[in-house]
Amino acid sequence: MGGSFTVNHFLYLLQGVGWTVVLSALAFALGGVAGFGVMLLRTARSALLRRISFLYVQLIQGTPLLILLFVVYFGLGVVGIELPPLLAAGVSLMVYCSAFLGEIWRGCVESVPRTQWEASEGLALTRWQTLVDVILPQAARIATPPTVGFLVQVLKSTSLASVVGFVELTRAAQVVNNSLFTPFLVFGIAGVLYFALCYPLSRWSRSLERKLNVGRRQAA
Amino acid sequence: MSAVVKLHDIHKSFGAIEVLKGVSFEIDRGEVVAIIGRSGSGKSTALRCINRLETIQSGTLEVCGHRLDQPTLDLRALRQDVGMVFQSYNLFPHLTVEQNITLAPRRVKRLPNSQARALAQESLERVGLAEKIDCYPEQLSGGQQQRVAIARSLAMQPKVMLFDEVTSALDPQLTGEVLRVMETLAQGGMTMAVVTHEMTFARRVADRVIFMHQGRVWETGPGEMLENPQTPELQAFLSNGL
Repeated sequence: MGGSFTVNHFLYLLQGVGWTVVLSALAFALGGVAGFGVMLLRTARSALLRRISFLYVQLIQGTPLLILLFVVYFGLGVVGIELPPLLAAGVSLMVYCSAFLGEIWRGCVESVPRTQWEASEGLALTRWQTLVDVILPQAARIATPPTVGFLVQVLKSTSLASVVGFVELTRAAQVVNNSLFTPFLVFGIAGVLYFALCYPLSRWSRSLERKLNVGRRQAA
Repeated sequence: MSAVVKLHDIHKSFGAIEVLKGVSFEIDRGEVVAIIGRSGSGKSTALRCINRLETIQSGTLEVCGHRLDQPTLDLRALRQDVGMVFQSYNLFPHLTVEQNITLAPRRVKRLPNSQARALAQESLERVGLAEKIDCYPEQLSGGQQQRVAIARSLAMQPKVMLFDEVTSALDPQLTGEVLRVMETLAQGGMTMAVVTHEMTFARRVADRVIFMHQGRVWETGPGEMLENPQTPELQAFLSNGL
């Protein structure tokens, strides 16, 4: 025990930051793709598909991410599927993101006036063409601020991956603290590093929101 | 003259409320029919049934040879034959006027991109807005937006055009410019069904006027019938409207 905080410790934390970013990006990319699918199902014409996807969203949103992580990492391990920590964390976060992003995006798609669908239908566009050419471009404008906002949450949630032994920022801080036992200093630095990652995103989200509010806004 | 739109004994309910209680009428090729009546008389619903924005519960409905009461209906073929213009214009706000007009021709009719601009130009000239081709909808007045919506519909070369209270959101001056465009279309031989509150337009431009009341066709006749209403309901409607 003991010793003082050196540049090497700091570099080790920075390495953790790198893995936090990698894990966040992975979670967000995979979760975004899956979330797009969830959004499609949640807005499908088939009531059955809507029902199934609704249950999926409720189930995931009503389960702690930590439990999800344990199920994927330890649960799959028991049945013989050994995932490396990065992959286990990535898959868990993907599932988590897909439910939340799917639901955020469903709301955005549904906030595009119904009459845009009718006008497109009247022009003989198919449902898919309407979605791609008319609805999604409008929904995307609405979706950007809450999506970026959620990215902040995901970034912080990656800290949970430390419990399956993935050395991201939180785990790195634990490791450093275990040798130095200066929790205020080490976790304080980790907190500042998280903040340095999240704050620009929050600012970006807010500026996007402002732009959306004063920008092109259709009167009903 | 052959009828291109045939409604016979159409019934339509929203939940427990029956809004169409056996509506029958026909529209001949090249005919302009004005459908008038109070809010809630079922006139807009009847119009929306013609291009299947609403489904009917019973009755026979044939539009340009498409049987809407049959399960074999080719919905997209129907929509290519029937154009619709809405009260709230419903232009696509994220697309320019040109893109608004050419989206459906490009996607549905596979119009090559190289011909798209010419088509937009031609359609806009018919509504007198050729110079607005690169504008976004928000940069246009309500009347101009509605004329673009008409051009967008025209670009699909429909056989029948439906107008659903297209001037109700406009002030009188802008109403005039939209009605003039519609009048030109009518003179050009377009088959049109026009749900409207504009009695002057109904009288002057329509070949026939249909007065709907409580989900039924109450009275029908040429434009002059508005000067000489036969039923007390039409009489009351006309005197209230003034």
